[in-house]
Amino acid sequence: MIEVKNLYKSFGDAHILKGISTVFEKGKTNLIIGQSGSGKTVFLKCLLGLFEYEKGAISYEGHVMSELTANEKRDLRAQIGMVFQGSALFDSMTIAENVMFPLRMFTKQSKSEMEDRVDFVLKRVNLPDAHKKMPSEASGGMQKRVAIARAIVNNPKYLFCDEPNSGLDPKTAIVIDNLIQEITDEYQMTTVINSHDMNSVMEIGEKIVFLKDGYKEWEGSKDTIFKTDNEAVTNFVYSSNLFKKVRRMYIEENQ
Amino acid sequence: MKYLHNIGVYFLMIKDMFRKPTKWSVMRTLILKDIDDLIINSLGIVAFISFFVGGVVAIQTSLNISNPLIPKYLVGFATRQSIILEFAPTFISIIMAGKVGSFITSSIGTMRVTEQIDALEVMGINSLNYLVFPKFIALSLYPFIISIAMFLGVLGGLAACVYGGYGTLEDYIEGIQTDFIPFHIVYAFIKTLVFAFLLATIPSFYGYFMKGGALEVGKASTTSFVWTSVVIILANYFLTSLLLG
Repeated sequence: MIEVKNLYKSFGDAHILKGISTVFEKGKTNLIIGQSGSGKTVFLKCLLGLFEYEKGAISYEGHVMSELTANEKRDLRAQIGMVFQGSALFDSMTIAENVMFPLRMFTKQSKSEMEDRVDFVLKRVNLPDAHKKMPSEASGGMQKRVAIARAIVNNPKYLFCDEPNSGLDPKTAIVIDNLIQEITDEYQMTTVINSHDMNSVMEIGEKIVFLKDGYKEWEGSKDTIFKTDNEAVTNFVYSSNLFKKVRRMYIEENQ
Repeated sequence: MKYLHNIGVYFLMIKDMFRKPTKWSVMRTLILKDIDDLIINSLGIVAFISFFVGGVVAIQTSLNISNPLIPKYLVGFATRQSIILEFAPTFISIIMAGKVGSFITSSIGTMRVTEQIDALEVMGINSLNYLVFPKFIALSLYPFIISIAMFLGVLGGLAACVYGGYGTLEDYIEGIQTDFIPFHIVYAFIKTLVFAFLLATIPSFYGYFMKGGALEVGKASTTSFVWTSVVIILANYFLTSLLLG
């Protein structure tokens, strides 16, 4: 579980996060949504410890991040898997080497043990034969799956995904969403996804935090988001006519 | 003010480069890869330039000696001094700032743009140690390149002098042995080691701290080349004043 209390973050005079508080629960896919510039990426980077915040607290299982020693921070980071927006695969390594990288860095496993684990996770993300390919030879969807494989190879407790569906066609995006949800359920991870893909919100949003201008405007789930009367949320989530119709039908059906 | 800030950040980067070392089995692979990229892959261009510049120095010296009182062995002497004292350590380093420096800046800059550095940091890896330290170690073999540049420069001078008809082999050999001061070699290698450090760290600084996209990677490479060259020239001046002045 990750708990955020009254988080503030600024860059110079620009106040990006203004007192955000929320809880991301274990075994759930937690989505952070909001318009571009609402502070989603900065929030995610604060959670990861890539940005330092001015005020507030982020705690992992009760341990406040800013109070951890360097070694404790290192241990915490070894329990975090991250899928970046652009996948962030290492260009100079093959797909298998990319996935093996966290094992080489943080475990004392033998080469054959590491290879077995890489085989297992690549099969888990439906890429059983991609070992020797370079990242540049893989499609966008494949790269995202490799990034997920690399993120989960070391059995992390926490999985963070920054726009995992950006640049993907709708079909591949659903495959990635489902894969993230399956993995979250299977390994009981705390998964936090930064997204503005409304399909993801409706598919896998077990908890949704909506940010607007650096504030937490609303929080709920994929079920409650249909019923909310928060204007900012409905304007953002149901901005397309299709979603407006879907919402109307849902409300009519449930009346 | 910005320059002072950058100098401060540069020195902090150097301090952080030695902090939290990467696992040796991984670091060994990185060092070997960087030796291949930065040292072995530079041998061809360094050999080519050194040989022909050595030849040009010999020809220019020979053509400018019109006084019969000046001994012919001066061609070999002047070529040796020019190559060992300045051409090999300093001007090859300027060329390397273009070749190796741009490579370092663009490769680290691209990693920054594509979030690969963020990926390392999230995993709890000291990205400066992972990226810059192996380059620093690889470039400690830089004196090896400069030795080859010295040898081929003097050899190029000999070839141009003898086969171009500007002097005899005996005069040239006598010239390169005349008034030889071993400390000049020590001086050249001290400079080389300082330049190697600058070649590893200044381009890394510009790549690591760049902001923006692909266009900025190109701009960072150019800026890195300019500043690496400026600092090498300044360091050359101060080291020469200190060691030979």
